[in-house]
Amino acid sequence: MSKALLYDATICIGCKQCEQACADQNKLPYNDTIAAEERQSDHKLTAILTRNDKFMRRLCMNCQEPSCASVCPVGALQKTALGPVTYDASKCMGCRYCMVACPFSVPKYEWGKLFPKVQKCVMCPDRVAQGKQTACAEICPTGATKFGERDELIAEAQQRIRDNPTKYVNHIYGLTEVGGTSVFLLSSVPFEDFGYRTNLSKDPLPMLTYQVLQHIPDFVPLGGMVLGGIWWITHRRAEVALAEAHESAAQAKNGRKQ
Amino acid sequence: MKMKFTFWKLVFLFLLAVGLYATFIRFTQGLGASTHLSDQFPWGIWISFDVLCGVMLAAGGFTLTAAVHILNVKRMHSIIRPTILTAFLGYVLVCVALMYDLGKPYNIWHPLIMRNPHSVMFEVAYCVMLYTTVLALEFSPIVLERFGLEKPLKVIRTILIPLVICGVVLSTLHQSSLGTLYLIVPEKLHPFWYSPLLPVFFFISAIAVGLAMTIFESSMSSKHFGLQLELPVLQELGRVLVVVLAVYAILRFEDLAHRGALTLALKPGYEMYLFWLEIGLALILPLILLLQPRVRNSPNGLYWAAVLVVLGFITNRMNVSITGFEGSTGVRYFPKWTELAVTGMIIASGFALFGLAVKYLPIFPKEESPAEQPAASSEPVFTAPVLGHAGD
Repeated sequence: MSKALLYDATICIGCKQCEQACADQNKLPYNDTIAAEERQSDHKLTAILTRNDKFMRRLCMNCQEPSCASVCPVGALQKTALGPVTYDASKCMGCRYCMVACPFSVPKYEWGKLFPKVQKCVMCPDRVAQGKQTACAEICPTGATKFGERDELIAEAQQRIRDNPTKYVNHIYGLTEVGGTSVFLLSSVPFEDFGYRTNLSKDPLPMLTYQVLQHIPDFVPLGGMVLGGIWWITHRRAEVALAEAHESAAQAKNGRKQ
Repeated sequence: MKMKFTFWKLVFLFLLAVGLYATFIRFTQGLGASTHLSDQFPWGIWISFDVLCGVMLAAGGFTLTAAVHILNVKRMHSIIRPTILTAFLGYVLVCVALMYDLGKPYNIWHPLIMRNPHSVMFEVAYCVMLYTTVLALEFSPIVLERFGLEKPLKVIRTILIPLVICGVVLSTLHQSSLGTLYLIVPEKLHPFWYSPLLPVFFFISAIAVGLAMTIFESSMSSKHFGLQLELPVLQELGRVLVVVLAVYAILRFEDLAHRGALTLALKPGYEMYLFWLEIGLALILPLILLLQPRVRNSPNGLYWAAVLVVLGFITNRMNVSITGFEGSTGVRYFPKWTELAVTGMIIASGFALFGLAVKYLPIFPKEESPAEQPAASSEPVFTAPVLGHAGD
């Protein structure tokens, strides 16, 4: 059921129409200057990178188990069943933990604004919900960015590598990274060349914090009880010592002090 | 004495003025104009120092209340009020700093109704909120006593022990949670500082800093407010501090060795220097000092060891939250003057508010400081409403 995007860098011609369509979709400005910026920012949610005639696309990976959604204290970021990881600016309080936590460093911030919000590709959730493709996939003239069922796209990516093992790096980026994503990348040159982290864990990162957090409901009553117990013992001990002192004092003289 | 006092007043007014100007810039032009934060470096000194260090420096509150009320160490009773005051001020100032750092501070209440229990930040938000309330209640007897309000005083005394237990549990949770925050970035944080044990390290170091801050602030108070120094109590704190530091040091190095990061500690480089600065200040020097009975028993020795521990763990928090990220992001972060100005103002306010509180509220046991020493005279009369004894 879940949807995904497959970007094949070997088919991409670097026309940047996806950038233009993305800007239009998200009501962001787009012109030649912005087109020349080869990085994601608060006004550019996807970017085509060029290195020695090779292209690569950058966008939010829309992870299966996104760190950003896991760390957001107010649930402004959500993973939807259809695939997109959405953002609700009205909930956001601007703690920017999502930016710190994202293994792909995707979320960007509107630093120039007085009441800023986070900006990231959200995989056109409205279009996807209506059964349409994402704006970038729809406009792509060569099919380098392809929208479809996640399972089918994985099979297709595997097939392309199998058919042309010399052409591709033998890796579908996004298949196993941090437990899998909703965006898959194929390339003929190493992904590191375009700044993609290749040292990422195969397990979803949210488990790292959750395996600590999940103990809190047990810890609170247990900790409270242990502390209460210690309090009872220490004070009881003092009481007993006091009573004994009184007794022996009474026996000896008759009340040296109360 | 009087000259000195006016000098510090001038310093405070200067920091306040610059800080207010920076505040104006922050709230009229936004974070971009008032900070050196960027997409590569979304958290800066307001998180590193004002929040992470702020919470850590306030740890004396839960450490001492646990010692006095739970463990029943009555000797430490005389220094509990200034410690609670420090903790309360610390938390209030952390909340103030958060208002600067949050992009949309007017949404700070959102975690109350929008819950994400999977988020460490959510837990931190709740703990800070609840613990600030607990500290306000723990602090309230001092104010109530000042105005002779008997009835509410009685209520607080009745619920004191549950209150203290809540405070200790909440502190344990979120002191460690500030470390848990960073568990989710294994590939971004330098191996010197990323560890699955981060929550444990943050918690143990908070206890160490809590003890050190208590020593520091008692020493300062005795200098500046002309009070008698509670040397035997501070010596005892010093002894506990040695143990806590030693436990931390062993765990820290065992963890580094276990993760294979120890070899990095010998390779010269930016991170390596800051790592050793932290270890030197927080562990090596204080341990060398405090392990010598001559130093540990002298007021000056204790004072300097405490200062080193505090500085060392401030370095640690800065390393975890700034230095450790500079390698993976490829960006060097240094705060803008406005960020420093706001932080400076907040620190100065802390000192000023402490001074005011000491002046107008019964923080120190003024009259009967010698009378309170005999430990066996169980019920410490009226000056100690903070202690609710079970025997009544």
